Amino acid sequence: MRSAVGALLRKDLLLQRRTPEAVPAMVLFSIGTFVLFHFALDEREVTGNLASGILWVTLLFAAVLGINRLFVSEREEGGFDGFLLAPVDRTSMLVAKAILLFLFLSVVEVFVLAAFTILLLGPSPWGPLPELILVLALANAGIAVIGTLVAALAIQTRARDLIVPLIALPLSVPLVIAAARACAPLLTEGGAGALEARWLAILGLYDLVFGLLAYAIFDFLLEE
Amino acid sequence: MRAIELADVGRAYGERVALSGVTLAVEEGETLAVFGANGAGKTTLLRILASLLRPHRGEARVLGHVLPKEGWAVRGKVGFLGHDPLLYRDLTARENLEFHARLHKVPFARIDELLEAVGLARRADDPVHTFSRGMIQRTAVARAVLHAPELLLLDEPLAGLDPGAAALVEPLISGGTRVVISHDPTFRGDLTLGLRDGRVAFCERDVTTDDVRALYA
Repeated sequence: MRSAVGALLRKDLLLQRRTPEAVPAMVLFSIGTFVLFHFALDEREVTGNLASGILWVTLLFAAVLGINRLFVSEREEGGFDGFLLAPVDRTSMLVAKAILLFLFLSVVEVFVLAAFTILLLGPSPWGPLPELILVLALANAGIAVIGTLVAALAIQTRARDLIVPLIALPLSVPLVIAAARACAPLLTEGGAGALEARWLAILGLYDLVFGLLAYAIFDFLLEE
Repeated sequence: MRAIELADVGRAYGERVALSGVTLAVEEGETLAVFGANGAGKTTLLRILASLLRPHRGEARVLGHVLPKEGWAVRGKVGFLGHDPLLYRDLTARENLEFHARLHKVPFARIDELLEAVGLARRADDPVHTFSRGMIQRTAVARAVLHAPELLLLDEPLAGLDPGAAALVEPLISGGTRVVISHDPTFRGDLTLGLRDGRVAFCERDVTTDDVRALYA
C-alpha cells in the first residue's frame, strides 16, 4: 500500500505544483474572510474565544474549497478508472488524498495565521506556537479524513459542490468545538493560558473514530 | 483455457437496459471483435470485463475469475483502452506512464521502450495537453500495455491515428487475447459479436462484412 500511496501523492503534488488551484484559493478566501470580520465586527483586535472561533470557522470554510477540488482530476481525467484497474489496495487512495488535504491545510495555515495576526488577532500567537501547532495538526488530521471521505462521496454525484458543505460542515461540528476551545486560552491577551488536555483528547478521539470509519467504508465509495 | 466466459450477462442504468443476455466464450490468444451502433452496449461490455462495472445479471468470468467477486484478481492483468485516455493533461507523457508504472510495479525502463515504440520519445517530457489527438491515443496505448497485460480490452484503439501512427501502435496491441471494439466492418476477430440496442444480434466465428454493416443500418 505504501508504494501506491507514494505514487498517488507524488502525482497529486506534481499536478498541484504545475497548476496550483486549491491552496491559493483557500488562502485568498481566508484572508478575505478576515478582512470582512475586521470591518463587520468593527474591532481592531480580537482575543480568546472570539479569536479562536473566527480562526476555526474560517479555516473550516477554506477547507471546503480544498475538499471540493480533491478528486476533480480523478473525475475529469479518468484517474479513478486508471487507479481502479491497478492491482493496489483501494484504501491507498484514501490515505494519499487525506495526506494531500493535510498538507494543503498546513500550508494554508502558515499564511492564514500570519494574516490573522496582522488583521485581527490582539495577542501574539508566536509565544504558544508549539501548542498551537499541536492543535492545528490534530484538527487538520480530522478535517483531512472527513474531507476525503465526503469528497469521495460527493464526486460521484452531480451536486458535488452542494454535497461537500452540506455533509462536511455538520460532521465537523465536534472538531471545531474542540479545536476552538483548545485554541482559546492560547490566544488570550496578557499571556497564553494552559492547553486543556480534554480538548486534545477529543480531537484525538475524533481523528481515530473517523479514521477507522473512513478506512472501513472508503472501498465502497469507489464502487460504481 | 478460456480467457472470457459470459453467461447471460446483463446490465442496466436505472430503467434503461444497456446490455442483455450476452453469452460467449473467448479462448486464450483469441480476438473478440465487437460491433454495434452508438449506444448498443459495447462500452458497457468492455467495462464489465475490466471489472469497472458490475453486471446486474448473469455470470462473467475473466481469466478464470468470477466478476465482480474476484475483481481484485483481474486488476493488473487487464489492459484497458477506453474512450477516455486515462491520462492527466497537466503531466507529461513520461510522468503519466511513471505514475501507472508505480501502481503496477513496472520497471521504468519499460517506459522508454514504449515511448520509443509509439514514436513519442522526443515529446516524452511535454505535457499531454500540448498533444494532438493521435499523440494522446498513442500515449494511452502505451499506458494500456505498460504492464504487459494478459487481456487487452480496446475501444477503437486506432481512432484518431494516421496510417503511420497506426502502424506503430498495431504491434503493441496484437498477438494476445483481445476484445476490440471497432466500427471498421472489415476488421475481423476469431469471434465476432454484434450488438443492437444492448442485445446480441450475432455472435459467430464466420461473419461477413454485410452482416456487420447491417448492424448500422
